[in-house]
This record gives sequence, structure tokens and C-alpha cells, in this order.
Amino acid sequence: MEYLFKLGGGMWGGIGLAVLQILGLVVVLLVSIAFLLLMDRKVWAAVQLRKGPNVVGPFGLFQSFADLFKFVLKEIVIPAGANKTVFLLAPILTLTLALVGWAVIPVAPGWVIANLNVGILYLFAISSLGVYGIIMGGWASNSKYPFLGGLRSAAQMVSYEVSIGFVIVTVLLLVGSLNLTDIVNAQAGGIWHWNAFLLTPDKIALFPVMFAMFVVFFISALAETNRPPFDLPEAESELVAGYQVEYSSTPYLLFMIGEYVNIVLMCAMLTILFFGGWHMPIPIPTTGMPDWLVSLGGLLVFAVKVTFFFFLFAMVKAIVPRYRYDQLMRLGWKIFLPTSLVAVVLVSAYVVFVRPVAGT
Amino acid sequence: MQLIAFYILSAIVVLSALFVISARNPVHSVLWLICAFFTSAGLLVLIGAEFLAMLLVVVYVGAVAVLFLFVVMMLDIDFAELKQGFTDYLVLGGIIAAALLAEIIIVASAVVSGGTFNPSPGAQTNADALSKVLYTDYLLLFQLAGVVLLIAMMGAIVLTLRSRPNVKRQNIARQTGRKRKDAVELKDVRPGQGI
Repeated sequence: MEYLFKLGGGMWGGIGLAVLQILGLVVVLLVSIAFLLLMDRKVWAAVQLRKGPNVVGPFGLFQSFADLFKFVLKEIVIPAGANKTVFLLAPILTLTLALVGWAVIPVAPGWVIANLNVGILYLFAISSLGVYGIIMGGWASNSKYPFLGGLRSAAQMVSYEVSIGFVIVTVLLLVGSLNLTDIVNAQAGGIWHWNAFLLTPDKIALFPVMFAMFVVFFISALAETNRPPFDLPEAESELVAGYQVEYSSTPYLLFMIGEYVNIVLMCAMLTILFFGGWHMPIPIPTTGMPDWLVSLGGLLVFAVKVTFFFFLFAMVKAIVPRYRYDQLMRLGWKIFLPTSLVAVVLVSAYVVFVRPVAGT
Repeated sequence: MQLIAFYILSAIVVLSALFVISARNPVHSVLWLICAFFTSAGLLVLIGAEFLAMLLVVVYVGAVAVLFLFVVMMLDIDFAELKQGFTDYLVLGGIIAAALLAEIIIVASAVVSGGTFNPSPGAQTNADALSKVLYTDYLLLFQLAGVVLLIAMMGAIVLTLRSRPNVKRQNIARQTGRKRKDAVELKDVRPGQGI
């Protein structure tokens, strides 16, 4: 912030620059989500031996934009018995919270809007608020299916948050910092330093633990974002469309964009926590290169990794059948929670007895 | 700059706290309560206690208030009945409110007379400072608090878990242990005969 104040010549210039940065991030994010959405549908179609959207623009590239205009131009229908304020507040809240989380994501060396000391806690806090949009939407619709969807999502997201929290704790213990940039930098130096594939001689004992945590985080991320096979809040064969039944037009669009922003946020979290953020799998010496080139290369690597995880999300959606509700709860509370708890004990024992963290 | 932010945030906290008790719909009350929690987290960030702020959001807004909302939404509330008991509780509620107000005044006056407030004494960050006292000086109290919570949880389970007879239950181990040959049998059905 002080840096921005200096660069912008005083407080108002600094604020202006910060607003420009935020706008830049949001625009890039939303445009890339338009294409990721298309990729989701294309992957889904390819698995089912269909072609997917291929009419609007070359290869259907402009399909998402056509959909956007379709949604925006439709009529907003508010059910007669609905609680109007809460009904409209819910989708806005969903999208806002999804976007707010991106403030602390370091996308390239030094490219982060707010380099918080408690960045990972902030992300955890924001992602735990995501449930409100769904509950509020489900309740305010004043209808049976949305309400059931909202209740399901409340139970589901609270359950999986617990294991996500413990997985984050293992990474924190290993790195010794809550700052996302520090977490990424701790994984520098090649694929064998990444938290998902710890193969350096001093940490190889932790490889199975951390890889298991990576898998637990991935599956919990699916549950946290209501993606198949955990899309019970909107299970179309049981609840029509769950909490979104009564939504149409722009409010529905906000819900959908919010959901996808959340999915990409989870992909970014996976990248940062387990896949080394912007670092290359094989380190390339960057001495002598200009700063902007290094940052741009970092951004590219980061984007490729996020897209890879998004591809995995899309494949899971296409391949895996939906979980039954009791199976979902059993997986969350009886399998993931004990596993991640044991992992926290193992990692902290390792940090205390085998390899003291540098600086303490 | 900080002063402006402080006044805006505290105005929002006080207003939403007022709406919590004045809203007619209990779900709206809970939503206002969430707003108050979230804005208090903003106040904590403002004094430099960012770790506490995040914990407030994670624990209270992310977990406790969700369960509140969950329960309140499922209640079938008769508003006329709810209003009737107001005068009965006025005295007791007033006493509790006065006690809370007195506590806040005592704490606030102690801080004012004690000089400046330091959110992270003797450490780099708020998280460091908290963990250094929590896991050394107050370890016993900290663990006791955990045990109390555990007992509360076990009590809640014991109170609500009833084993009712004549209820069909799924045996998960048997379900997942089922093999194809136990469940599916191939029969060659001749036309017109059936099985």
C-alpha cells in the first residue's frame, strides 16, 4: 500500500492505482472464466462423445458471451411469496464473496493485490462464508425444493470445511507461515519441492502424508464448491435445481458466475498450497532476465496449473456419479476428518522432532 | 483515514446490533447478527489483530452463525406468541444488559488509562503473540477449554442419540463390501415361459 501511495503520488493516486489493479484482476478473471466455462462444457461433451457448443464463433468460442447476453436480457421473476431483499441479496453475496477471495491470491512473483500476513486464513474465512449465498437463496425463495437444497448445502459445506481446515494446517506447519507468497516460495526449486510431491531427502518421509492431504483437499474442494459428485444442493434428479429453482435471468447468472469463480479459486488454492504456485516443475535460471518477463512467465505457469486443475474438476463432473447424502456425510466426518487429523499430528511431530522450521 | 474507517465500521456494528433485536423476522435477525460479527472482524483488523479477526470470521460467521441460521429457518415461529413474553423477560434481560455494559466500560476505561493498545506484544505478528502465551503460560486453561467443549459435544450426542427399535438401518460395510456375484444372477429365460 505504501508503495502504491508513492507510485501514485499521494493517497488518492494510490487508491486510484489500487482500484485499477483490482479492476484489471476482475476483468481478466471473468473473461478467463467465460472460456473455462466453455472448456467445462467441451470436456463434458467429449467424454459423452458429443461435440458440445460449436455454433457461436469459431469452435463455439463465444458461446459464454452469447449466454451472458441471453441471461441479462431475460425478465427477472421474483416469486410472490419470496422475501424480496434476501432473495436478491443472495446471488450478489455469492459473487461478491467469490471475487473477494481473489484479493490475496499471488498469481505471479509480486503480483498480488493484498499481501496479507494471514492470507491463507483469510481465504479459509471467505470460502467458509460462501455457504450463506446458498442458504439465503434457498430460504428466501419460500419454496420446498430450494429450501431442501439450502439445508443440504449448509450441512455439506460446514462438514467439508473442517477437513479443508486441517489440510491447510498441515501445509502451514510444513512451511511455517500464513502468508501465501511465503507458502509458494517455500516450494521453489523444482517439482520435488512441491508439497504434493515432497521428494527431497529431508522430507521424503512426509511424501505419502502430504500426497494424501492433496487428494483430501481436492475432493473436499469438489464438495465445498458443490461440484459433482457432491452437487446435492442442486441435484437435478431429486430437487429439480435445488436452491436455484426460483432464480432466473441476472440473479441466476450471478449464482452461476459465483460458483465458477469459487471453483477457479479452489483450483488456485490447490496450485498455491500443493503445486508450487508460479514455480516451474524444473527450475529455469532467471538471472539476467527483466523483472516483467519473470513475472509474466510466472503468471503463465500459474494459469496453466489452474487450468489443469479445472480440467480435473471437469473430468470428475463428467465421469463420477452423484453421491448419496449419507455417503457424503460419512466420507466427510468418518474418513476425511480422522485422516486429516492424523496427518496434522504426523506433520507436527515431524516438524518438532525431525526438522525444526528455520527461524524458530 | 483509520479514524474514518473506525467510525464507519462501528456505526455499522451498532446499527446492525440494533436491527438484530428489532427485526420482526428471526431469520433477518440472524442475518443482521452475521453482519455485526463480520463488521467487528473489520474493527479487529483496524487495531492490528488480524489473526483474531480471521478467527472471528471462521468460527462465528462461518460455523456458529450457519448453525443458528439452520435452526432458526427450520423453526415454525408464531410472532404474536413471541411478543407476549416480552415484559416477563424485561427485568432479567435488563439486568444482564446492564452487567455486560458495566464490563465493557471497565475494560474500555482500563485500556484508556493504560496507554496505547498493542495487539501483538513481544512478537512480529498477532498469531505469534497469541500462540506464545496460549501454548506456554495458559496451556492448562487452553486444554481445559478444549475438554469442556468435548464434553459439551458428547453430552449433546448422548441427549439426542436414541436407539429406536424397528428402524431399518443401512450397514455401510455390507453395502460397500457387496460383490457383483452376490447381487446379480444371470438366467437364460426361454420365451413364453418366464422364471
